[in-house]
Amino acid sequence: MSEHIVHPRVYLVVFLALLVGTGLTAWVAFFDFPGPLNAVIALTIAVVKATLVIMYFMHVRYSSRLVALMIASALFWMAILFALTISDYSTRGWLPLT
Amino acid sequence: MPEGLATTHEQAAHGALQHHFENMEQQREADTLGMWVFLVTEIMFFGGMFLAYTLYRYKYPEAFAAASNHLDIKLGATNTVVLIFSSFTMAMAVYSTQVGKRRNSIVFLILTMMLGLTFLVIKAVEYHDKYVSNLIPGTLIPGHPFNPNVHELHLPPGVSTGHVEMFYWIYFAMTGMHALHMIIGIGVLTVILILAWRGRFSPEYHAPVEITGLYWHFVDIVWIFLFPLLYLLGRHMEGHMG
Repeated sequence: MSEHIVHPRVYLVVFLALLVGTGLTAWVAFFDFPGPLNAVIALTIAVVKATLVIMYFMHVRYSSRLVALMIASALFWMAILFALTISDYSTRGWLPLT
Repeated sequence: MPEGLATTHEQAAHGALQHHFENMEQQREADTLGMWVFLVTEIMFFGGMFLAYTLYRYKYPEAFAAASNHLDIKLGATNTVVLIFSSFTMAMAVYSTQVGKRRNSIVFLILTMMLGLTFLVIKAVEYHDKYVSNLIPGTLIPGHPFNPNVHELHLPPGVSTGHVEMFYWIYFAMTGMHALHMIIGIGVLTVILILAWRGRFSPEYHAPVEITGLYWHFVDIVWIFLFPLLYLLGRHMEGHMG
């Protein structure tokens, strides 16, 4: 697999998209959405921005699948970290202590 | 050298080709993968702190919103733009090296470092503001214990300043570790800049520039999450509080 050289135009478009995302997340933060929607929106924008950086700036879109697997494994382990810890903290007090 | 080896190791090998790789392509892929393995450990490292943030925010929402609203959103947003811009110049430095434009890559590397320094200066201004407002948690600064101005924070009645202090512990731990990564990144970029200056890199050999870029972009991604979580998530509650 030979190296893929990303054209500067792609970098420029990604850069502009990241700027738009930053402006958007700062702007919508002042609206009061119901429930946890503010956090959901902020995190969604952050995930989109991070994905753009990973795919284009970090060339993962053009890298071997081994690299993608490496990242997926990190996210999987982080999901375990969050899921198990939060399931503990959020259910404390459900059963009376004896 | 035995004949078998000479046929597998690239003929007239590039000077930077290590003997245990077949060719430059394989070496570059291994370098990239190795950097990603390191970044995975970094994801887990920062992941622990993001988890701590999540749990305490869930537990003390009012205190976290009040403390978060006290951060300077303009400085935070400016730093986000500065860091995104530095990621762009870093990507351009990698590109310039890939196509063999040495002078351009030097310019972009210097720009990236300048932007990194700009970020750190703005961060220092923010830290100083917190120092003046006595918001450095615990007794990290001798003679300046954590002592928030309750009116300035618009703290709702019944909310403990101890929970506000918890926000600032997390704020300083996360942004502090992030800033340390920036400082290390600027140090690594200095080395890369010197090597680029000496003409060590070429379209055939530029893995060090590439993987330094991976590190730099990773640090950028951490900030992409820190900015909304630390600076923005309490803003919509400002109207509800005293």
